[in-house]
Amino acid sequence: MSAANATGRGASPLKRFGLPALLIALALLFPFLDDGLGLGLMFPVIVIAVYVMLALGLNIVIGFAGLLDLGFVAFYALGAYVVGWFASGHFNQVSISFLSTARSISGGSPAGIHISFWILLIVAGAFTALCGIIIGAPTLRLRGDYLAIVTLGFGEIIPRFFQNGDNLGGFNLTNGTIGIKSIDSPGISILPDSLSTWQRFGTLDLNPWYYTILLLVLITVYVNIRLRDSRLGRAWVSVREDETAAAAMGINPVTTKLWAYALGAMFGGVAGAFYGAFIKSIFPTSFSFNISILVLCMVILGGMGNIYGVILGAIALQGINFYLLPQINDWVHAIGESLGSPLLAGADIPKYNFFIFGIILVLMMLLRPEGIIPNRQRQEELHDDSDAGGDALGGTVRA
Amino acid sequence: MTTGEATKNRSGALLEGIRSSSWQSRAAVAVVAVLIVLLLVQGVRDPGQFTSQLLIGLTNGAIIALIALGYTLVYGIVELINFAHGDNFMIGSFVGLTVLSGTLFGLGLFSPISGDSGAALKIAGVLIALVVAMAACGAINVGIERIAYKPLRNSPRLAVLITAIGMSFILQNLGLVWKGPAQVPFPDLISSANALPGDTIVFRWKDVFVIAVTVPLLLGLSYFIKNTKQGKAMRAVAQDKEAAAMVGINVNRTISITFLLGGILAGASGVMYGLFNGITVFNVGFTQGLYAFTAAVLGGIGNLSGAVVGGLLIGVIGSMADQYIGVRWTAIVIFAVLVLVLVFRPTGLLGDRSATQGGGSDRA
Repeated sequence: MSAANATGRGASPLKRFGLPALLIALALLFPFLDDGLGLGLMFPVIVIAVYVMLALGLNIVIGFAGLLDLGFVAFYALGAYVVGWFASGHFNQVSISFLSTARSISGGSPAGIHISFWILLIVAGAFTALCGIIIGAPTLRLRGDYLAIVTLGFGEIIPRFFQNGDNLGGFNLTNGTIGIKSIDSPGISILPDSLSTWQRFGTLDLNPWYYTILLLVLITVYVNIRLRDSRLGRAWVSVREDETAAAAMGINPVTTKLWAYALGAMFGGVAGAFYGAFIKSIFPTSFSFNISILVLCMVILGGMGNIYGVILGAIALQGINFYLLPQINDWVHAIGESLGSPLLAGADIPKYNFFIFGIILVLMMLLRPEGIIPNRQRQEELHDDSDAGGDALGGTVRA
Repeated sequence: MTTGEATKNRSGALLEGIRSSSWQSRAAVAVVAVLIVLLLVQGVRDPGQFTSQLLIGLTNGAIIALIALGYTLVYGIVELINFAHGDNFMIGSFVGLTVLSGTLFGLGLFSPISGDSGAALKIAGVLIALVVAMAACGAINVGIERIAYKPLRNSPRLAVLITAIGMSFILQNLGLVWKGPAQVPFPDLISSANALPGDTIVFRWKDVFVIAVTVPLLLGLSYFIKNTKQGKAMRAVAQDKEAAAMVGINVNRTISITFLLGGILAGASGVMYGLFNGITVFNVGFTQGLYAFTAAVLGGIGNLSGAVVGGLLIGVIGSMADQYIGVRWTAIVIFAVLVLVLVFRPTGLLGDRSATQGGGSDRA
């Protein structure tokens, strides 16, 4: 049974296109809603969208191909540093500009490398895909837990390398813990002046940022769906289920896995590039192991392999981070005040963020391990009692 | 057959061996050889410093080995990377610190033990701290297994891995709330003076302390697993759970005891880490845990002697990297070792074995 059935290929067109169209329309109208109701949620929503993209990238690796990756943050960091290197004044030894929005005060070309953000998005994607292949080629023959650990190792090495890379034989590659600052804003300079916020994305009007990341997310979703239903997507499922059988049927497991790894890395890199330009300064500490785990949890909570589930997982977890945890703080304070309990009224709930997060993870796994919106095929596997063998994702612990 | 021919044959076999090995393993052996030669050159240039660094590495390695044993015991028996183990180690160091400062949850049981206290009081304090931390960590580990892992015994491995990560977050947050985000100082109870005569080679009393605690623990563990009934049950469960259950072994209890042992070792390691380094911090378990995990993988996960050898090696590699490459590159060196070992020899140096013997190699 192909995963495509989960979306209901035989269902009515209304069911097949209605819900996505409604969701896209809602997403397109969100800035007006935010403006009209004065929600002030544009910033968190953009960050959530970045995480949706990351989660969809990781979903290709984990959900489709069944490769547990604990170091996904490495690609996110690489993408962000590509923008940091090629769209800021970091390499001030040279002065190269190409279709960039960056202008120097004197009017001449500014110091550093300044290349158009739009080109860099593609460069970042290609570069991280290449890195994915380089990292993946020697490691992907490992199975299950071992692969998870290798990726964990890479996920630790790369941010630490960025942290220490301020003096590589005298060359300052990454500016160490200080990070790379004042990254150029993206912009479409050919637009007329009436669209000035689009000529150079600013920090006051976040709409251009929002629509850019929305477009990127939609492309990611589209590519995810097409990949899932493609020959490659079916090859991923078969390699995930039984590598030996897949190989016997003429599928090259290594190439198949490498594709998954490279494509997942590419989306991670593009998300990182956007995030770098949006946040404007990148530090090695922004790319810690916790991010890898957070994205992994999004994929698992939402439902591995199910695109809607993964999107929902990303929104839910980041929503908890941005919205629910501060809310809980206020609630506890209010309860404490009404009860006259200084302990509760003064409780510093953000301090317990990771505690709450950990509890959610444990409870979710205990109560609904297949995720909020499970992939139908995965769900059947999860509720199948037979021993499927020792893979980290599909298999069961022999009891 | 003359001796000349025999030698020729032997060298022929050696050449054949080299020829049949893959280029990757040849490259790996060559790189390791070059690194060892470079280290030896350093050793010849300044033998005193080199030896001192080696000894520090072994002491650090002993602390790491105790944590690594916890990973490897658990992996050998339930094939789970117990992510919460490193954080359990951190809790162990906090418990030890609390006992030594005499303020168990604000109860003020006795006055804090500091560097000025008498020798007998110091020894008693350290012993009590070790025992309390070991008991606490053992209990925590068993509790975690009961709450978070046991209900998922028949779920996919990933589900258990996620709960392990969740428990790790919970413990880390407990540590953060308990002692705050900053580094906490440990009382300076054990002398940093050199235990050896002269000052060319430095082996401090602190190092003596770590070795003096680690060796009996390792001997005890080895005795437990080799000679006691429960140890034999552990080995049986590691090899084949169903068969073990069929011959009347209580599998759940055996798994609990495995977690208990891992926790006990982590607790001892946590207190020693604090006394040895003079500080501890709420997220120390993450890095130390990863180092220990690397050690377990390096030795061959599931293999107990492998964990000890791996721990000592990681300790030495770390201290050599501190000295000759630079402290800030140490973590990268250790993680690079992790990646390289897994790529070139995923079964580790001593082979991948469940708990102590047999089984397991088919799952690599």
